[in-house]
Amino acid sequence: MSKNLVVRFAGEGGQGVVGGSEILAAAAAAVGYHVLTFSTFPSQIKGGPAWGQARISTDEILSSGDDLDVLVALNRYAYDHNVEELSEQGVVVYNSEEFEVEEGGRAIGLPADQMARDSGNPRAANMVVIGAVAQLAGFPLKYLETFVTKRFTRGRPGDDKIIEGNIAALHMGADEAAKTGLSLEGLEDPVPSPDERILIKGFEAASLGAIAAGLDSFIGYPISPATTMLTYMEEFLHGEGKFVGQSSSEIESIAALVGGGFSGKKIMTSTAGPGLSLMGEGLGLAWMAEIPLVVVDVQRGGPATGLPTKTEQSDLITAMNPGHGDMSVPIIAPGSIEEAFWGAIEAVNWAERYQGPVIMLSEASIAERQQDIVKPDLAQVNVETRLVSDGSTGNERYVGDGVAPFPVPGGPGAYVANGSEHDEQGDTTHLPEVHVTQTHRRFKKLELLANGSYEAEQTGASIAILPWGGSKGSARGAYLELTAAGEDLAWYYTMFLNPLPTELLEELHGKELVLVPELNYLGQLSQVLRAQGVNAHSVTQYTGLPFKVRDLRDRLAEEIRARSGKLAAV
Amino acid sequence: MSKRNPVYDFKWCPGCGDFGVKRAIEGALVERSAALSESIEQTAIVAGIGCSGNLVHLQEGPQPFGIHGIHGRTLPIAYGLKSSRPDMNVLIVSGDGDFLSIGAEHIGPQAKRNLDVTVVIMDNGVYGLTKGQASPTTELEVVTSTTPYGKLDDPMSPLETYLAAGVGWLASSMSTQVKALQQLIVDAMAHPGFSIVHVQSPCTTYNDTYAALKGNEKEGIEPMAFPVPEDHDPADLESAYRLARGGRIPIGMVYERPNSVPAHERLRLAQERTGSQEKSVEELFAAMAI
Repeated sequence: MSKNLVVRFAGEGGQGVVGGSEILAAAAAAVGYHVLTFSTFPSQIKGGPAWGQARISTDEILSSGDDLDVLVALNRYAYDHNVEELSEQGVVVYNSEEFEVEEGGRAIGLPADQMARDSGNPRAANMVVIGAVAQLAGFPLKYLETFVTKRFTRGRPGDDKIIEGNIAALHMGADEAAKTGLSLEGLEDPVPSPDERILIKGFEAASLGAIAAGLDSFIGYPISPATTMLTYMEEFLHGEGKFVGQSSSEIESIAALVGGGFSGKKIMTSTAGPGLSLMGEGLGLAWMAEIPLVVVDVQRGGPATGLPTKTEQSDLITAMNPGHGDMSVPIIAPGSIEEAFWGAIEAVNWAERYQGPVIMLSEASIAERQQDIVKPDLAQVNVETRLVSDGSTGNERYVGDGVAPFPVPGGPGAYVANGSEHDEQGDTTHLPEVHVTQTHRRFKKLELLANGSYEAEQTGASIAILPWGGSKGSARGAYLELTAAGEDLAWYYTMFLNPLPTELLEELHGKELVLVPELNYLGQLSQVLRAQGVNAHSVTQYTGLPFKVRDLRDRLAEEIRARSGKLAAV
Repeated sequence: MSKRNPVYDFKWCPGCGDFGVKRAIEGALVERSAALSESIEQTAIVAGIGCSGNLVHLQEGPQPFGIHGIHGRTLPIAYGLKSSRPDMNVLIVSGDGDFLSIGAEHIGPQAKRNLDVTVVIMDNGVYGLTKGQASPTTELEVVTSTTPYGKLDDPMSPLETYLAAGVGWLASSMSTQVKALQQLIVDAMAHPGFSIVHVQSPCTTYNDTYAALKGNEKEGIEPMAFPVPEDHDPADLESAYRLARGGRIPIGMVYERPNSVPAHERLRLAQERTGSQEKSVEELFAAMAI
């Protein structure tokens, strides 16, 4: 029996390939399996190569899976470009109305559209395919029937007919697959979890974290792959004193965030690379005028419009220094869906604590991922709110050698929040000693953020691996395989990238080599680490796709061997 | 330096039109506070970059809150401020360079939202702070440091631009008419919606237009400025366009749209109509339960 099932639905945008993978995942999650989805699609309404992948497992899932057990190919292009990733025992389910797979026996052709029409529900082509996949994997159809019944029971008159049609479609697909006699290694039964679990997407987790942290306002401009957060907030950030708005540009977004943060409210936007570039000057204003606000940057391939719907981790350096002049923007980069929730809370807290801009670096593969997680315990949520002026400091907003009480408009302490260098009350001045004093104040406040948590294992080893963001899962998989094979390797991980937790930085200073898997060409985190005295070296990939565990494992092993060789030569 | 802060290291040139605008705003804020029994801290001045924006540091008397941001972005800052805090009175001070050149893209969206803020533009027809470059309102053929052949670009008509952008309350004024300007600013702040008071505020160093605005009978100079005719109906948009398109500068109330519903009120009404959709994080998690 197998612990894993990886299914990829490949076709064109608009054919429901992402939806297919999500339905399969949701159905599997409903009966107690762990699930994780990954999707990749072009930047167009319909058409263009797209695929959605579901991994179903009896164990906790770290990555979307290296090899496919089932490839669902809806057209020739999808087959040609994905079949290489099929495992040896894998099966292709293809749309025989579109093309024929001539070679090999492990392929099932289904006229899915025709079968869906025959089932009485022409929109159930995905269900035909899912039925066939279930049959192949020995995944009981009753689970899917239960799921379909629940999903389409919406209190409408046509519910019964839709449910009936979908169930018929499932059986038609399963029967057709059974006729071929093909099968996969059966999936082990799910292990029921004692915890309350939820099925959630990355952008939902980040949005809910921000709401749990007391977010008041959200203003955003549509941009892939960050729009989902804007629309989620439009739908769910409601209540007394709350505001959600669509801006006319990212320049308007960031300036509006400055206005909202200045007003005393907790405010956030979501954007992606091009938007982040446009926000540079506004982030500088927030840094200079000491305005709390949070930008969620959902990274995609860059520069310029780059790969707008693909995943990459190439905005770190820009995010830390998004504008001109001396500034260092605090960065939190979640590496999982749970961390997207807790990271968003921390991002809002950080902005309030140090009174300035914070960037949460998400990425396409995390924002779009759907996964089952243990329901976060809201009792553990710690909400921070900025130190507010009670008037005792008068109008001296920028006073002392760190965070000063924040005068809220309407209350005491009227001052001018100023992006030009300024004295204590915010009036412009160019005096050298004032620029020195205020620059020190602004950087000193970062010390309040250097106590973030981090993971550390096998800390005695001289070589360490330190992934960041969405590469965490694949890196963890590779790390476990390498250590199981006998490598002496330390594991470090944190989502708090700037400033790094002080103790973590100290530990990294003690390592001979820190290997950083990251999805960019430059090796951005290792640059940042080297600037802080860590001997870091990146293992990079820039395909627009996440690391496969096997690839990363092999490349890390190679780096370690090369390093050991050098050591031996010395 | 200002009277209240010797460390502040900026000042306007003698005779600058902005002095009159400053006095009018000080007077308008005191008048508003008294009339509404509202503290002066209930007002925030959002300042642009340029000579005009420095008004926020030069205000005398009771001090409102201020935010002196980045070039061209007064309106977006005001959008976030007013949307988050509809209880605040938001006043924008900006100039022809900050508002009509780098910041022009923001006029349309705020006008269409009917954001409930008041804008006071100090138009001196030149970039003063950066020492005399041409601005969108510099007249044709005027020689500046960036227009050595005389200005080649047609000058912008701000009033016409505002009307076309959908600005619902518009007045035109002169910095020399402090009392009248003060009244217009008070009225603009009382208007529920987006309002602009566009002020001719000459630059005595780089573009002294005092004589051109007022005219000089002895020297045969026709005044550029003229009072809005008494028979002009500010609720008549066509009539407002005719005023704006006349080639001269009308002084007075240009346009006031009837039945103005400001942005935050539109949102409140829409939410009232559709019912509250407020859900707690716990409830939203519950909907995702497996």
